[in-house]
Amino acid sequence: MEGVVDGVDEIVREFLVESHENLDQLDADLVALESSPGSRELLASIFRVIHTIKGTSGFLAFARLERLTHTGENLLAELRDGKRTMDHATTDALLRMVDTVRALLAAIEATGGEGDVDVEAVVGELQAVLDGPRAAEPAAATDAGRAAEAPARGTEGEPAEESAQAPREPAEDAAPAAAPPRKTRIKRIAARPAAAAVPAPDAVPAPDAAPAPAPDGADRADGADGADVAVAVASDGEETWTPTFAFEPIAAPAKPARATKPAKAAAAAKTAEVEVPAPHAPAPEESAPAPAEPAPEPPAAGPPSPPAERPPSTAAPTAREGAPEPGGATSRGAVDSAIRVDVAVLDALMRQVSELVLARNAIARLVEGDGRPELVRAAQRLSLVAGELQEGVMKTRMQPIEHVWSKVPRMVRDLAASCGRQVRLEMSGGDTELDRSLLEAIKDPLTHLVRNAIDHGIEPPSFRTANGKPATGVLSLRAYHAGGQVVVEVSDDGAGIHTEHVAATAVRKGLRTQEQIAAMSPSEILRLLFLPGFSTASSVTNVSGRGVGMDVVRTRIEGIGGTVDVESEVGRGTTWRLRIPLTLAIMPAVLVACDGQTYALPQSSLLELVALDDPATSVEHVHAAPVYRLRGDLLPLVDLRQVLGAPERPAGAGVVIAVLQADATRFGLVVDRVLDSEEIVVKPLAAQLKSVGLYAGATLLGDGAVALILDVPGLVRRAILVESEEEIRTDVAAAAARTTSQVLVVSVGDGRRVGIPLAAVTRMEKMPADVVEVVGGREVVQYRGAITPLVRLPRVLGTSSVADGDELTVVVATRGERSVAIAVEDIVDIVEDDGTRSSDHGGHALVGSTVLKDRVTELLDVQTVVADADPHFFDELEDALVGVS
Amino acid sequence: MTKQLATFVVDGATYGVDVTCVQEALRDLPRTPVPLAGPAVAGLVNLRGQVVLTVDLRVSLGLPPLPEGVEPMMVVVQVGGDHLSLLVDQVGDVVEVDEADFEPPPGTLGAEMRRLVRGAYKLDGRLLLALDVDQAVAA
Repeated sequence: MEGVVDGVDEIVREFLVESHENLDQLDADLVALESSPGSRELLASIFRVIHTIKGTSGFLAFARLERLTHTGENLLAELRDGKRTMDHATTDALLRMVDTVRALLAAIEATGGEGDVDVEAVVGELQAVLDGPRAAEPAAATDAGRAAEAPARGTEGEPAEESAQAPREPAEDAAPAAAPPRKTRIKRIAARPAAAAVPAPDAVPAPDAAPAPAPDGADRADGADGADVAVAVASDGEETWTPTFAFEPIAAPAKPARATKPAKAAAAAKTAEVEVPAPHAPAPEESAPAPAEPAPEPPAAGPPSPPAERPPSTAAPTAREGAPEPGGATSRGAVDSAIRVDVAVLDALMRQVSELVLARNAIARLVEGDGRPELVRAAQRLSLVAGELQEGVMKTRMQPIEHVWSKVPRMVRDLAASCGRQVRLEMSGGDTELDRSLLEAIKDPLTHLVRNAIDHGIEPPSFRTANGKPATGVLSLRAYHAGGQVVVEVSDDGAGIHTEHVAATAVRKGLRTQEQIAAMSPSEILRLLFLPGFSTASSVTNVSGRGVGMDVVRTRIEGIGGTVDVESEVGRGTTWRLRIPLTLAIMPAVLVACDGQTYALPQSSLLELVALDDPATSVEHVHAAPVYRLRGDLLPLVDLRQVLGAPERPAGAGVVIAVLQADATRFGLVVDRVLDSEEIVVKPLAAQLKSVGLYAGATLLGDGAVALILDVPGLVRRAILVESEEEIRTDVAAAAARTTSQVLVVSVGDGRRVGIPLAAVTRMEKMPADVVEVVGGREVVQYRGAITPLVRLPRVLGTSSVADGDELTVVVATRGERSVAIAVEDIVDIVEDDGTRSSDHGGHALVGSTVLKDRVTELLDVQTVVADADPHFFDELEDALVGVS
Repeated sequence: MTKQLATFVVDGATYGVDVTCVQEALRDLPRTPVPLAGPAVAGLVNLRGQVVLTVDLRVSLGLPPLPEGVEPMMVVVQVGGDHLSLLVDQVGDVVEVDEADFEPPPGTLGAEMRRLVRGAYKLDGRLLLALDVDQAVAA
């Protein structure tokens, strides 16, 4: 066994990896079992996992782990055999066992030993369940029947000859090893797991056991002498376990501590001979059942059999695939065709294929100018094969999203219990595949969303029934492909999110002002949940708990090039939707030209392309910000040339607007030309360039040139667009005029018109006259949570306004950090002032006049008006406040 | 104690970097400019499928640009696992130097240079300036 000793670290590592995978599956299975208690399939699967861990831990001399799984296995065996039905307490005990197994594995991973994880409590609990009442008390009388049943099952699932040629274990070796002091206990424990197959261990040495493995077990039994116990392994085509020789590790802590239950029964019998029905690990060399060779130490035989030639890894898929016995030829194919490959190997392959794709692109370009048909044909062939290879390699990295979901059922069960909710979990599309690295990245966000949905989405049962909903809430996970992306949805049929609460919280936290909120659509308000700073402990209660850590979810998803949004209907439920690219390494992109250089724009951010022949006529301006009317909506524009500091584009040149969506912001990126759309291979950038914050990476073009990939969120940050889109929208809407211009024209009575530079105008609104309050003899209004002086323009200009009714029309103007509310008679228009027909002549608070739309309009001096409102207004106010406090 | 330095010439002066961090020297490749990056960033090149950042040493050292029509050469170095290329006027030989011949830079050296030049090795008839690669590429 030197080889094994040498490779022991490797074996332990493999053991940990496969055990962790198996445990995830186990959690899911156990919870599923609770709802369909009779499922033999699930039970078999669970049994197999625990058995595998037990077997290997015994072999690796992890005594506590073995003892724990051993007890759990006993319980599972009873369940599987229908002697006990699954109930809540049983599930709890088993789940607790899984947790403890996990803790042990973690300790082994960290320290190489079992650490100080306590197993006795859980073992006790399992034992308590075991000792408790069960469906069918195994009377001695039933033993024979059960034993007879076992081989009978064997016949269905497993060809007799498999069993027949099974290796015979040298009983002498095993028997003394399982030393007698613990014999009785061993018998008791062994009885149950073995029950299906072992003729009642209670009866072990008894002769009546021998005939038990009836029909096709008979020939084997014949070979044994009268006192032998023939262990027929029930193999109903699904389940398998590994009756091999075993010892209590305590009794025989030496190397071959591969404990398995039926064997123990046999060992207790002292003269036992055990039939190992088949090589359980459907190892490549199936004809050489592992236990056959290492006769003195029977470590193999089980799915976890790590010794000798075959790497333990082959056993892992086996156990998971659920077709471990070679006899059951049904699912052998899947098992044999799966191998475990290091991700690093796949990563390297992926890189090389990327290079190949680039080389192919280069050759394709070279061939274009070459007429030789055979060269063209060869190039086409290369192109085809390279494409297929790329796809194939990408596929190897894909894993079904189930890998991440497998933890969810358990989590839902635990959370629902602790929150006092009744939750039914529905999952669909679990076979949707994603790149492995992406799966890893969505694990936490997904967990967070599920947690949130149960904690804060689904209401308590009493509340639900009171509102006419079924007491059990539905949480559904859906995954599907859409538009080259994978969409993952987490929806609940719970209370939904009250946008008013979200809005109120945003205002209270100072993230948005009341006015900003007023102008937002419900979906925009919901998106506030993703703002950093929205998530604090207090919002847990105030906003029906939503928004906790959602900015973290968003950051994580955006970090992998994905997006997240939310839909909610009060009373009906909430849906969180993650859109994730299929892979990170290769992405579809649009290549655009700007100032003679090529840049790549990720297709995932691109909504549409709009070509403009003459931007001078179709691009309008709000303040100084260029906008484009896209189907009636104003789209803020960002010129890539300006962002990159490139020279102005020659006049009259056509442009293309790439309409991009980054997070909540939609904007148009103005580029010179669109070149192509192709799949690009993303190359990392040197650290020095990351600080620029504008590039997501680089890629190589077909001609070998390097092109930078633009980072759309980075562009948004650069152009400080985050707020401006909203502002533009509200300004324009408030003006009730779709024209963009420089001057806001208002009437002040007596037929006089006054122009206010639009750049100084923050907002226009109507407010009831009674909001005006008087502070220190001056009129003020509350605006954006601050006290703002009110100036009645007709009074300032000495006109008699007719509109002194119940409603004030107010223009809020800002100079520096100060605002002033200017009450006017009415808002007339927003017009372009080209300044050609203006004069300097003006009165108090006027800078002059001009002709706008054929009417003379006086231009307001905002500075003077604000100063008039009181230069020390703010100072005084502050003093007053200090005095009060 | 001796060590080997790969040498190159920038604006008439000979500079050296530890030969172990130099991957290769090659002729200038087409570069893709990177707008908004530091002034010394000369662009990105495609080095056999790898995207490599190029730093113009003349800019880092505060020297005037190469005259029109003169092609620079590239020295590809490895810094902290990343590959970077330095634009130089000309690539020289690998020179064996003795630590005993090393002297820190004179106080009269300009600040820009001082940051990048660790000192000088006194060779026969000329000085070999030891370039601090980490500083040079921290563009």
